[in-house]
Amino acid sequence: MDDLLSEFLTETTESLSVLDVELVKLEQNPNDPDILQNIFRLVHTIKGTCGFLGLPRLETVAHASENVLGKFRDGELDVTPEAVTLILTSIDCIKEILSHLEQTETEPEGDDAELIAQLNALADGKAPAAAAEPADDAAAEVEAEAGDEAPSWPVADELLNFDPAEMDGAGDAAAAPAPEPEPEPEPAPPPPPPAVAPPKDKKDAKPKANVPAAAKEGSSKESSVAAQTIRVNVELLENLMTLVSELVLTRNQLLQMVRGQDDSEFVTPLQRLSHITSDLQEGVMKTRMQPIGNAWAKLPRIVRDLSVETGKKIDLQMLGADTELDRQVLELIKDPLTHMVRNSADHGLENTDERRAAGKPEVGKVVLNAYHEGGHIIIEISDDGRGLNSEKIAAKALALGLTTEAEMEAMNQQQIAQFIFKAGFSTAEQVTAVSGRGVGMDVVRTNIEKIGGTIELKTEEGRGTTFIIKIPLTLAIVSALIVECGGERFAIPQISVLELVRTTTTSEHAIERINDAPVLRLRDRLLPLVSLRKLLKLEGEDEAEERGETFIVVTQVGTYSFGIIVDRVFDTEEIVVKPVAPILRHISMFSGNTILGDGSVIMILDPNGIAAGTGEVAMAAAKESAHMAAQRADHVGERTSMLIFRAGSKDLKAVPLALVARLEEIDMSTIEHSHGKPVVQYRGHLMPLVAIDPAHDLPTEGRHAVLVFTDREHSMGLVVDEIVDIIEEVLHVELAANEPGLVGTAVIAGKATDIIDAGHYLTQAFGDWFGTSQQDAFGDREDGKRILLVDDSPFFRNLLTPLLAVAGYEVTSVESADKALQLRDSGRSFDLIISDIEMPGMDGFAFAEEVRNEGRWSDVPLVALSSHATEKDFERGRQVGFNDYVAKFDRDSLLQTLAQTLHGGNA
Amino acid sequence: MNQVVVAQKREIQEVSSETQDYVTMFIQGQMFGIPVLTVQDVLGVQRITRIPLAPPEVAGSLNLRGRIVTAIDVRLRLGLKQVNRPEETMSVVVEHGGELYSLMVDSVGEVLSLPVNHFEPNPPTLDPLWRDFSAGIYRLDKELLVVLDVQRLLDFGGATRAAG
Repeated sequence: MDDLLSEFLTETTESLSVLDVELVKLEQNPNDPDILQNIFRLVHTIKGTCGFLGLPRLETVAHASENVLGKFRDGELDVTPEAVTLILTSIDCIKEILSHLEQTETEPEGDDAELIAQLNALADGKAPAAAAEPADDAAAEVEAEAGDEAPSWPVADELLNFDPAEMDGAGDAAAAPAPEPEPEPEPAPPPPPPAVAPPKDKKDAKPKANVPAAAKEGSSKESSVAAQTIRVNVELLENLMTLVSELVLTRNQLLQMVRGQDDSEFVTPLQRLSHITSDLQEGVMKTRMQPIGNAWAKLPRIVRDLSVETGKKIDLQMLGADTELDRQVLELIKDPLTHMVRNSADHGLENTDERRAAGKPEVGKVVLNAYHEGGHIIIEISDDGRGLNSEKIAAKALALGLTTEAEMEAMNQQQIAQFIFKAGFSTAEQVTAVSGRGVGMDVVRTNIEKIGGTIELKTEEGRGTTFIIKIPLTLAIVSALIVECGGERFAIPQISVLELVRTTTTSEHAIERINDAPVLRLRDRLLPLVSLRKLLKLEGEDEAEERGETFIVVTQVGTYSFGIIVDRVFDTEEIVVKPVAPILRHISMFSGNTILGDGSVIMILDPNGIAAGTGEVAMAAAKESAHMAAQRADHVGERTSMLIFRAGSKDLKAVPLALVARLEEIDMSTIEHSHGKPVVQYRGHLMPLVAIDPAHDLPTEGRHAVLVFTDREHSMGLVVDEIVDIIEEVLHVELAANEPGLVGTAVIAGKATDIIDAGHYLTQAFGDWFGTSQQDAFGDREDGKRILLVDDSPFFRNLLTPLLAVAGYEVTSVESADKALQLRDSGRSFDLIISDIEMPGMDGFAFAEEVRNEGRWSDVPLVALSSHATEKDFERGRQVGFNDYVAKFDRDSLLQTLAQTLHGGNA
Repeated sequence: MNQVVVAQKREIQEVSSETQDYVTMFIQGQMFGIPVLTVQDVLGVQRITRIPLAPPEVAGSLNLRGRIVTAIDVRLRLGLKQVNRPEETMSVVVEHGGELYSLMVDSVGEVLSLPVNHFEPNPPTLDPLWRDFSAGIYRLDKELLVVLDVQRLLDFGGATRAAG
């Protein structure tokens, strides 16, 4: 038998059993939307699958019942016993067709016009006059009789006649989705022949129509499909797993006992026991794991059929099919995945003509990609179709009363797109046989959230839509590194561990622990470190420091890598991740917990959470420092990470960390001279070196720390004596400096610190190095372009003004939007305005609106500048009239943006 | 408040018309009880893994025959001070929302069958915190037994609801 068909039969039989039960429930609680939704979904799935398998008779019946159920759901029809009876009749009809299918692999002859007519009549709101009339077979008659005997609850009555064991079975099956035969290590056992043979006998032995419904169902349970798989309750597997864990535990204890007794008579049998236990453990584990490809197996066929049906050319790409998933999780995401791929192909992709018109390749792409990331399994479903139409969605959301217009105003395209996850939401304009009844995305989301996953959606109109499903490793087996910190052990998913570094006070790799911001020089970069002890607020002193030995787990999350400082590292262990108790789920540092081989419970660290937590740690540290500071910012200012160093004198100096490309240590004996200026060979280029105090000569020997500033391809090294710390702080330049090279003096971590003007040193290095003036130092000069810089922070004004000046702009800076508007009213004109967003008084958004609204500046390009540029800000910025958005400190992109905006906008 | 208690009382009456069985336990000399049917296990001293960053009431987690059980320090949950804990603590394991929790108490006593008509609503003077966790009071001959409402005891700031 066709794999697809047999799977369909198994699945549908299961759904039908559930349906029976649910329908009874529905009849008793006609107004329960959950039950209705569930029933509707089941029938919808049956219908959908029939369509792809080419089972027209089944499809039409299911379609007609679905119509009725749809009316129930929308409240257009009342749930009456008669109506339910009719639905049940159609389900019996489906059952009959199914059993025939199972025996002969074809649909039985005959048609269900009468039944369908009744269903349609019901759907049209007419009372099902002939509800009791047999539609097609004996089953309906049974139905009708039952109805006569007990008019109030005919369904319940009918079900009472069912074998209770069967009911249980149905319940179990519903609770524990079908385990399939393990494809490894042997190929799936029964090849088609035996499956086909018995049905033939049955077909001969049984008269076609006269088998009562119940008996028929009984026979189908034992027939060919069932023989191919053994249904095992997942709970049973779970129990097995527990038992095996216990066994492993006991084995380990025994091994411990005989260790060191070479002559013990137990050694040999214990070894055998040990092997068998390991194999058993592996086997049981394996029963739970399946490559995700299994869930994808039928997708190519579905997409092919869809492609034929809709006349679209579709290329389905499946990547990462061997990513292993826990069976239970797999079962739960299988339907949603199918649904989403179907949606992508059906709704997402345009038809060939539209694609051609849009200048896209004719063949639409649907890409499925599965992979592990940071302790999660990520499944991406993307298409290069038309994207979601946010206007249509917005209109629909308003029509359904999901939101108000005011709220909608504030939403960006991505937020609006999220509405498709609401129940009853469908973007399809017309209801097709394929999909688009609003069953889709809300069910998908519910199913995914049920297993603790999340689903994200990115869409760009005209470019396509991407769904990103993130499933936590709940239930999945991972290899984890066991570490110890503060006397507690933790597991770190091996998948996010890049490398381990052992550091001692004397070794080459030493933690440069400076105040609260430890860093590690690792090859050619500076790795931020986070102390697990501090992060988790573990007790106990840094015993590791006393020992003079610590370990750093170099971890990667996305593109961000950082080191986790731990006391000790043990080996790796295969663990089964279990979710933590609900009361602990808010702790983002843990992705779950597990039981180790020795029986102890251990928490599993979530690298994502730790990465997020490092920010908080920095913030907390900065807050503490700020408390010590004599003066605190009155308003919530922007925090700036400052690199504190000493150079030339004992005074502390600082420079925004973001301006520093790298920290290097350069051997002063390698300094050469060119045009009388010191340079070093650095990464294949000559890098000019500058001392902070021009009166001082550079030291000639020993290794010195150098702050490397990079601008385009040019680098400049500022030689300093000592790097002191990195501190995040709200900057208040207290004293403006007249001295060149200094922005001013600020209180950082309670100490007066000179803020150096990196721009000054850049010009010094390049100005002198490249000859005449600052010309060419920054590539294309923007001579004479007038720029207005609006920023409340004197620090940024002082930082950016020279920077922009160096790049050839003529800069005017003001400290508030009001001042800027005064300039406008006084008749000044500019080629471009750069404005901060967070400002006291009128903020950047309001300022932009004001500028755009009226006056002579309404056409002047506006660039927003902010230290926290979120997508929402970005979106809002665009709306109020900013041409572009640049993160503070991102000098390169600022200059680039300015050049682009000026040339693009004003040329 | 009173109405709630009355409703609970009626529920209890429905379950058993005459008596209710309670597992008794003690914290700082006060006797508490939880319905015997909700108790899965009684444990002695266990090896507990501490959970950093967890609420203080969460003492840690432990392995009970392959299941991970979250240990709750009932003493802290009831707002009592963490005094020198007796060496021999005991725990009562209950299920809540499909998860197992071990309620750490000073000691666990016998199972008592208590006549339902000795059940009283919480006195209004009871500490509000306790009133939250107490389903009512049983008058015993010599002392009073506080019936712990396990559901509420384990509902940490609605966390369980939020997490589903």
